[in-house]
Amino acid sequence: MAPAALLQRLTWLPAVIAEARAETPQARTLVLDVPGWPGHRAGQHVDVRLTAGDGYQAVRSYSLASAPGEQPAITVARVADGEVSPYLVDVARPGDRVEIRGPVGGYFVWEPAMPYRPVLLVGGGSGVVPLRSILRHHRQSADPTPMRLVYSVRAPELVIYREELQAEHLVYTRTTPPGWPRPAGHIDQGLLREVAWPPVDSPLAYVCGPTAFVEHLSGALLDLGYRAGDIRTERYG
Amino acid sequence: MHVDGNAAAGLLTQVFARDMTGAHGTCGSCGHNGPLAEAVVYGEAAGTVFRCPTCDNVLMTLVEAPGRILARLAGLRWLAVPI
Amino acid sequence: MSVISQGFQGRGRRDDRLPPGQYETHDFPVLSAGPTPYISVDEWQFTIDTEDGARHTWSWQDLMALPKSTPHVDIHCVTRWSKFDTDWEGVSLDVLLEDVESAAEYALVSSYGGYTTNLPLEDLLDGKAWIAYAFDGRPLAPEHGGPARLLVPHLYFWKSAKWVRGIRLLDQDEPGFWETAGYHNYGDPWHEQRYWGD
Repeated sequence: MAPAALLQRLTWLPAVIAEARAETPQARTLVLDVPGWPGHRAGQHVDVRLTAGDGYQAVRSYSLASAPGEQPAITVARVADGEVSPYLVDVARPGDRVEIRGPVGGYFVWEPAMPYRPVLLVGGGSGVVPLRSILRHHRQSADPTPMRLVYSVRAPELVIYREELQAEHLVYTRTTPPGWPRPAGHIDQGLLREVAWPPVDSPLAYVCGPTAFVEHLSGALLDLGYRAGDIRTERYG
Repeated sequence: MHVDGNAAAGLLTQVFARDMTGAHGTCGSCGHNGPLAEAVVYGEAAGTVFRCPTCDNVLMTLVEAPGRILARLAGLRWLAVPI
Repeated sequence: MSVISQGFQGRGRRDDRLPPGQYETHDFPVLSAGPTPYISVDEWQFTIDTEDGARHTWSWQDLMALPKSTPHVDIHCVTRWSKFDTDWEGVSLDVLLEDVESAAEYALVSSYGGYTTNLPLEDLLDGKAWIAYAFDGRPLAPEHGGPARLLVPHLYFWKSAKWVRGIRLLDQDEPGFWETAGYHNYGDPWHEQRYWGD
């Protein structure tokens, strides 16, 4: 990390929604115009603050979906009974304004400059968002580190970043596309043994998803021989 | 409803003026040591509550009041901050 | 001058039943500072400990055998939502404290799961507080504090401890979980006593 980044003064920055793109019936990517955006690292977060006409405010944390060097973007999945996500997924339009604070976070972050270690990305549901930032960054920087994504999703229509992730390992837990070689089910030890880098290569794993998913997967990776300190996790809900 | 310390990165940076998700904390109750990113965080309460992922002990609370953030760190024995 | 997000509705409108700085909500937000404890009524018990060390204990059956009240009240959460016309069922603290001999001035309420909150004993008396076990005619759900929670609606709702398990009567005030974390020791919504120093 650059020394200048050590002391970080955070302020709320005004942002304008530049572009809104439906990813699935439940998730939408919002590209943000943020004057003064300092740039971000792959896997970092941003806090989004909404203010209603009567002054009521709500703040939520979202993973950045775009790669470093690109405009900041978030992908938001609608949470049933949510307060902020239904607005961001269904209501907000290009030109609408929000405030953001960030980028923040330095734990669930990947840099091409890291020492050569193969990287396994494991995402469940919208847990794929920060992994997409990492994967995109990896591709754009033409980094030689072997990197692979395993993405667990309920059904084909819920796959976020569909085109971009075609070549990755998709695991469908409820419904598969027609003719899919693997029956619907959760990521298990057998599948991990096929796709995960062997522990002997000192791989680094990034696991993001709902709490139960992350607990299950980090447990499975430990069983496989991954070291606890080499598994970075991020849990929501 | 809970998340983990990654989602509290903004608030932590507000308090400590640097990223703290990679800082390691030791639980004052069970002695578990791990990054704040892996603490269990209850954010939709009157304040933000960080709990030990092993024993649920409250490590830290952050309360956002007008013009200040009140940080109670009583549940942490140690905090190791990478530089 | 803050940035308004077009079309973001927030929580709702203002009203003179609202304490300063509050917004009305029609749903019942769930705030939790920790995992929800699931306590069956068979294992549930409620205790009052006096400053002299005397302990009074009620089982669920004991509680159900006591005369019940049906408070109809407005509630105010320090996170700025207020909810009007809520209907509860429970036992008044006046009933529970009737045979408890105490000259204490303070109470420290504790919950299953470890939560605590403090208030002056007089705020629990004279029809101002209940051990509530039903909301809207139905048993209180675990996420709202079931099987039973304290209900002290004239103070901010963090004082209305969910999953209540006991009250200690004390000669000296002992701040609880949020009160030691930066929230006001008393918490009167009409005087907007949210934080230390308010």
